[in-house]
Amino acid sequence: MGSEALAFYVFGAVAIAASLLVIAQRNPIYSVLLLIASFGALSGLYILLDAPFVAVIQIIVYAGAIMVLFLFVVMLLNAPHEETEYDERVHPLLRPGPMRFGACLALVLAIELWWALARGVDTGAFPGGAVTSVAVIGRSLFTDYAFAFEVTSILILVAMVGAVVLARRDDPRERRKPGER
Amino acid sequence: MTTLLITQIVLTLAVFQGLLLSAAAMVWVERRLAALLQQRLGPIRVGWQGLLQPFADVIKLMFKEELRPGSADPILFALAPIISATAAFAAFAVVPFGASTTFFGLLDKPLLLQVADVNVAVLVIFAIASMGVYGIVLAGWSSNSKYSLLGGLRSSAQMISYELSYGLALASVLLIGNSLSLTELVNGQSGVWFGFIPKWFVFLQPLGFFIFMTAGIAETNRAPFDFPEAEQELVAGYHTEYSSMSFAMFFLAEYINMVTVSAVATDLYLGGWHGPFLPESLGWIWFLIKVGAILFFYVWMRWTLPRYRYDQLMAFGWKVLLPLSMINLLVTAAGVLYFGL
Repeated sequence: MGSEALAFYVFGAVAIAASLLVIAQRNPIYSVLLLIASFGALSGLYILLDAPFVAVIQIIVYAGAIMVLFLFVVMLLNAPHEETEYDERVHPLLRPGPMRFGACLALVLAIELWWALARGVDTGAFPGGAVTSVAVIGRSLFTDYAFAFEVTSILILVAMVGAVVLARRDDPRERRKPGER
Repeated sequence: MTTLLITQIVLTLAVFQGLLLSAAAMVWVERRLAALLQQRLGPIRVGWQGLLQPFADVIKLMFKEELRPGSADPILFALAPIISATAAFAAFAVVPFGASTTFFGLLDKPLLLQVADVNVAVLVIFAIASMGVYGIVLAGWSSNSKYSLLGGLRSSAQMISYELSYGLALASVLLIGNSLSLTELVNGQSGVWFGFIPKWFVFLQPLGFFIFMTAGIAETNRAPFDFPEAEQELVAGYHTEYSSMSFAMFFLAEYINMVTVSAVATDLYLGGWHGPFLPESLGWIWFLIKVGAILFFYVWMRWTLPRYRYDQLMAFGWKVLLPLSMINLLVTAAGVLYFGL
């Protein structure tokens, strides 16, 4: 086994194990950290695929920026354990809610996989080395995929506006009267 | 092959050792300069002019007891200083600090003075810097102490706010240098304009340099932006509960981060190892001089300016620095397009 294959199996194992542990244990802080570990392993896989730019962007965007915010929220909630409505001895994944939701998701995923595999077309080998250069990625992002790129940015803008609307307090002029809850 | 491997290992160890020594030297420089600025003497007893004081401090710290609060999270409490120190060391791996040299004919092939020549080096530094935040945030949370938690929260808010300006300042330099590799960016700064002005990017990007240095101070949690450890309000901030060597690791990480930011600023704005009088192979001397000048500036700032108020820091980051860096990026992009630099 070459060193590259060994690295692939190590990164792959870390990514899978960390992703499973994200949902398999109860402390949200540990979940967040394991998700970061999983992103780190994914970025290692990108490096093996000869795409250092994608790997670094993976770390900056996912592990770096979003996860810090995520960590922030979890810390402010300061919930070391998830809320327990059910029997503590039953593993969280085996409770009725997660079971039903998980079954639905698994069904959807299976249908999608079947659909994708059934109509899959062999596009031939991927042109090697075509996406390693930052200039190539930038050019295709602003020419071939310009529409998808702009639509994504509008989607993020919509999400931001939604978050502001949801988090906004009531109008300060309509403050609560004393004694009113 | 073996020679290459050995030289690479020696280079890596040398950089590691150099960073440790630079942190020790910075402790001495900081204390002596602070003393001189305040008309004191500072540490002068241990060794000549107190030069051995950092080593005495390290030995003292090693013999201290390692304490952990009873209610702290044991795993994360132990992990946090390790993350901080690792991120600090790792970032320097992609920083070039001299032109390729054969060490006066000692080696057959010239060796590039850089641990890892990555073609997206600038982004790697940015990514590792964003990983360093986790050390501080986790230290703050896992200590289970109010001062630590506030320090950790402040630090993450501050770093998120200033990372934007930092990144936009970097982007302007990348536009001018037309590369993401630090080595290529430095080589783009060789030569002179009009026969006497060195072709450093600082002369094309004076505003960018100012933004980069300001955001750099905020990123490394130095005064006047040292809120995560504002001692009057938060005892010692995120490392309040740490003692002995785990405290030393945070201390080390802070000084190494300072050295890294100075080295990156030198490479990006001050022409790296390019300078007059010295041959290219001795360029690392110029590099050390420039890094030293920026580090001196850092210490000078710390003991000259009082700490900002926390809301002032946030307002400055979002309302002054971020718009300025956006304007800088726009003007730079227009300039590059128009003059075709």
